[in-house]
Amino acid sequence: MNELTSQLQVRVPATGVSVIEIAGEVTRESDGALTDAYERAAKGARTIVLAFDKLDYMNSSGIGLLVTLLVRAQRSHQSVLAYGLSEHYRQIFELTRLDEVISIHETQDAALAAVA
Amino acid sequence: MSTKPENRDAQAWAQPVDRLTVSDGHINVTGRRPTAPIHGFGRMWQKSYRTPLTGAKVSPTEVISAWKEHFPEFWPAGNRFFAPLAGIAPGEVAALDLSMPGGLKLSTGVLVLYADDESFTLMTPQGHMFAGWITFSSFVEDGVTCAQAQVLMRASDPLYELGMTFGGHRQEDAHWVHTLSELAKYLGASGEVTAETVCVDRKRQWSRAKNIWHNSGVRSGMHMAGAPFRALAKPFRPHEG
Repeated sequence: MNELTSQLQVRVPATGVSVIEIAGEVTRESDGALTDAYERAAKGARTIVLAFDKLDYMNSSGIGLLVTLLVRAQRSHQSVLAYGLSEHYRQIFELTRLDEVISIHETQDAALAAVA
Repeated sequence: MSTKPENRDAQAWAQPVDRLTVSDGHINVTGRRPTAPIHGFGRMWQKSYRTPLTGAKVSPTEVISAWKEHFPEFWPAGNRFFAPLAGIAPGEVAALDLSMPGGLKLSTGVLVLYADDESFTLMTPQGHMFAGWITFSSFVEDGVTCAQAQVLMRASDPLYELGMTFGGHRQEDAHWVHTLSELAKYLGASGEVTAETVCVDRKRQWSRAKNIWHNSGVRSGMHMAGAPFRALAKPFRPHEG
């Protein structure tokens, strides 16, 4: 098991853009790590990019955490983008209709280009 | 050969579905789109109802297995859950009849969004009281197996938001407290049910006010009111088959 409970990496690849590296497993245990990562990423950011290329596993509690993160970002007038989703997780975003509110891109470069 | 890590949860999720279908002709389900919390109108709430299953020697897997198998039996009287033939499995759709104030029977349904050995999640369709999902899970905390129902929701439209404010939330709390108490009783456990409510977003999404078009309460009421007329017209309908 590689639950996402430790500190997540947050990068700032461009002014006003923060990337949260979502790695390992996203389950109900991940709440603290995701909240902490969002709080670090949100400082001075207009755009939050979620990087899913190291995601191993996500259950329905995990997708619920993403919804609450999305709502927090919306409240702060930040847009949320994602990249690195496998076909399987793209389907889950489609099923849960998160793809209607989170802009999905293939790579970090594509996501950053969309921000620009 | 190793399984790709991203496929480990593949069997637990429903396949993408645009519109729901239920076979028994239940109103307010077939043709409706499943909705996430982001598609609702009202304030966004996360409500967690939890009970420690003290005294019961059961694993989380055994709790979820029993919960799936006997799901409707733990509900308060007057509410019906028409379990799918395949049981609570990813992608299955169940119809519901919920008892509302004033003798109204509200017909709606749910999609089984996710189901594994330790949790399952039901997602609501357009017209349901709320847009969102309910996750039922079991886990060990401080050496005790616990059962939890967690609702992540927004009232679907302004009418439901009003209803939730004036008694709906209280009724929902009572529903899940009753359910968890009955589950604990079934498993031979004792333990108090605790409820924790967090307002995730106080803002209402006025762009979603038009969801009222699908309001299952209004449509169920109209369906009930039309029942005598449908009965009168029945002899005059052409026979099928």
